[in-house]
Order: sequence, then C-alpha cells, then structure tokens
Amino acid sequence: MPPRILPEPTPETQHFWDGTRNGELLLQRCKETGEAYFPPRPFAPKTGSRNVEVFKASGRATLYSYVINHRPRPDMGTEPYAIAVVQLEEGPRMMTNIVGCPQTPEALVLDMPLEVVFEKMSDTITLPFFQPAKG
Amino acid sequence: MMQKSVAVVGAAETTKMGKIPDVSVIGLHADAALNAMADAGLKPTDIDGVACAGISPVELAQYLGITPTYADGTSVGGCSFMLHVRHAAAAINAGLCTTVLITHGESGRSRVGAGGFGRAPSSLMGQFEMPYGVTAPPTMFTIPVLRYMKTYGVTEEDLANVAVIQREWAAKNPRASYRDPITIDDVLNSDMIAWPFRKLMCCLVTDGGGALILTSAERAKDFPQKPVYVLGTGESVETPMVSQMEDFTTSKAFRVSGKKAFDEAGISHADVDHLMIYDAFAHLPLYGLEDLGFCKPGEAKDFINGRNTAIGGKLPLNTNGGGLSYMHSGMYGMYALQESVRQMRGIAPAQVEGAKISVCHGVGGMFAASGTVIFTNEA
Repeated sequence: MPPRILPEPTPETQHFWDGTRNGELLLQRCKETGEAYFPPRPFAPKTGSRNVEVFKASGRATLYSYVINHRPRPDMGTEPYAIAVVQLEEGPRMMTNIVGCPQTPEALVLDMPLEVVFEKMSDTITLPFFQPAKG
Repeated sequence: MMQKSVAVVGAAETTKMGKIPDVSVIGLHADAALNAMADAGLKPTDIDGVACAGISPVELAQYLGITPTYADGTSVGGCSFMLHVRHAAAAINAGLCTTVLITHGESGRSRVGAGGFGRAPSSLMGQFEMPYGVTAPPTMFTIPVLRYMKTYGVTEEDLANVAVIQREWAAKNPRASYRDPITIDDVLNSDMIAWPFRKLMCCLVTDGGGALILTSAERAKDFPQKPVYVLGTGESVETPMVSQMEDFTTSKAFRVSGKKAFDEAGISHADVDHLMIYDAFAHLPLYGLEDLGFCKPGEAKDFINGRNTAIGGKLPLNTNGGGLSYMHSGMYGMYALQESVRQMRGIAPAQVEGAKISVCHGVGGMFAASGTVIFTNEA
C-alpha cells in the first residue's frame, strides 16, 4: 500500500498541525465578532479583520453528511470507507473520516454526536478523525 | 450585458465523440474549432478573440494561427465556457474584439496529452480534504447529497429517476454514448461507487470537444447560420472545497449566477422553453431546478417524477441526454451550450418544437463555481 497522502502545512496553517500533534483541535475566530472559522487563515472571512485569535475547540461535533467510497484510493486500503463532513460545535464544518464504527449507512446516521480523536500519521502530521461520542 | 447584443454564429462539437485514442487534448480543441469555423464560414485569421479552459489561450492561439486582441483563460471547471460566453459578450460590446472563438477539448477517457487529477498537498484542499481519501469527483461532488436527502425526504429512487428520464432523451440522440432504456431498478442495481451513488447516477467519462464563435448581433445577420442571441448571463463562485459550502442543500453559486442571468434577460421562469442543467451526477438537476427558481426547495424530485422534464413535459431538460448519457469529458459545460444552440437553431435531434428561449446552467468543480447563459432565437 502506498503511503497515505498527507498534508503539507504552510505558514498560515502550521498552528493547526502543531495543535493536532499536541492532541488539540485549534480553530480561529474574529476578535471583533467572535465568529469561529475554518480552514485556517490569518484574517477573518467576510469582515476581513486581521484581529483574530487561535482557540482550542471542544472536539464535539455532529455528522453533517458523507459518502461511503467503494473504490478506495490505493493509500486508503481495500475496504469501503466513509468520507464525512462534520459540524463542529463552534460552527465551522470540516472534512474527516469517522473511526471506531462500521463504515455502513446503518452505523453512520446523520446528526449523530461525534468527538475528535487524533492519529499520528508521521513525525510531523497527526490527523484529526471523529468517532461516535462516548459521553 | 445588453440583451441580444451578441450572438453565436458558429457552433460545433468534435468530429468524433466517445473514445478518440488518436487525438490529443489540443487536437480536440483544434478539431472543434475548425468545425465551428466551417459552420460560421470563417478562417483562423478572422478570429480576434480566444477563450478556453484546460489549456492556455496562448496555446490555442498559436496552434490555430490566431493573433488575438482578447484572450480569456478563465478556468473554473466545467462551467468555464458559460463564463467565457459572458466575458466574450462584454468584450465584444466594449470593442475589445469582434469575433471570439471559445473552445473545449478533453481526452477524459483516453488521456492522450492530458494532465492528471490532483491538488498540491500544501493547498487548502490538499491539507484539509485530500488526507481523508477523496479521489475524483465521485467522492467529493456527492458528499452534500445525504444532507439534502434527509432535509427534503429525497430517496435513492428519486435520484435514480433523474438518470432514467435523461436516458429517454439520449435515446433520441444518435451521438449519445448510451441510448438503451434503463429502469429505476437498473440504476439501483448498478455498481456502488460512493454510497448512495451508483454507477448509473454518475456521468460518463469520454473524449471530445466543442467550440463556439460569437460576434455582435449586427454582424451576426451576415453569417450562414441562424443567429442565436445571448439574452442574459450570470456567474459566481463559492468554494474550492466542497466541505466548506455554506449549505449542503443548495448551491450559493447556482443561486447567484441564475438570478443574475434571469435579471439580465428580463424573463420569468414561465418564458423558458428549454433548459440545460449540467449533470455530472444525478443530484445536480435537482439542485439546479431549485436554485434557479423553477421549483421550491425540496420540490424538484416531485417535478421530475411528474415527468415535467421528460419528453412531452412542460420543461424539457437535458435534451441531449446530459452528462449521464450523452457524453462527459470532464468539463461538460460546452456540450450543454452546444445543445442549447442546436435547440435555438431548431436542429436538435430531440427538437423542442417552437422553442424560443433556452437556459443553459453550468457547474464548475464540486459546487465550486457556476455560470448561466440564456439564449434566444428571436432578434
């Protein structure tokens, strides 16, 4: 199996990938409006304000939508897997994989509660995944 | 733009379509361009504006021997050609050039002289989508649909029926790739690609191309073909990452582009005789019918199931068979435009009798971009 395709951080996103390596899901928000946003950038969309801050997200989310890919990419193994978009508690959505449950429509129900987990993929990259909430 | 100030005077697809292993990408652009120039009675030296996506307008101009005063390399995916038409109309009106050639060519199936699909791992898509196993459009364009289905009670059968009805249209088109009738069961029993999408809910992968030539309405009267006037146009873009769409049940780019085009054209939905909605996947016509305002949110499935878009229906949709059955080389927008022009010329294989206004709506990327062109055959 070829090595998994991994992100290559840029100066504007490095803090996010440093965060996942430390077991934290870091978002940003506009300090003027308080609105959280993702993916990372050094200013807030819509307002254009550079007055922004990084903060640690709760890691809680719900399942917004997904597909189950039956033609796996070579670096993803041989079994079907879900490619999901989750709704973070803080507002933004992000793409991810759902781990810790069968990759079936029966197990993956829209709006189910999820929580973030981190998986080390290389010395520099740890990917955030989501699993069914245990709480 | 000014209504009916610019017209299509040349339109053609590549000589062959489907599987063309002996022609490269730029060769497909050129073949379509030569066919469109023959249609318009023009030579390359008569062209002073060029536009294309996939390759650079510089490559196109040099290859054909054109010295343009206007070049448009807008490349926002499969609706790039709708934007090219819009920009060309503005350029002709502004006096930047007189005669614009818009080309498309893509070796989607045979991959002759074609680049690969991929994103730099440092791009935002490379960092925040590619690591999760997305492949080509079948695992990205499809992601919003479960949310849409849950919100409006849309079923897999409803999605399947989009493909079934478009196959009925394809049966009337000799150049369509797939013409044999299919049933909802056939669609639901076809190979699973990315649940809930089956193979027959996904577009074809073929080779081909097309080209358009536009000039001012005043000059258009002197050309051999019946002019097809540009009545209104729209465009917008939303996001390069499908995960960042504002709302998974509706496309902002569709809504903005469609409204702009209808406003420019000064028409109502009841005036529309013929409609093309870029259908890379079976959910696109549902989103398109709603976001363009032909149906209220959630009602497109009933509209299609009620055979309103089928042969004999009040709003003939994707009359060439669409990307699902006619052809789809990767950037399908050019073929939707070609069918609108054929319908306005009155020469389409599945001709809508008496059609006077055609709306042609395109998507680029995975709901990333949109372009809309409204045509009329009335001066």
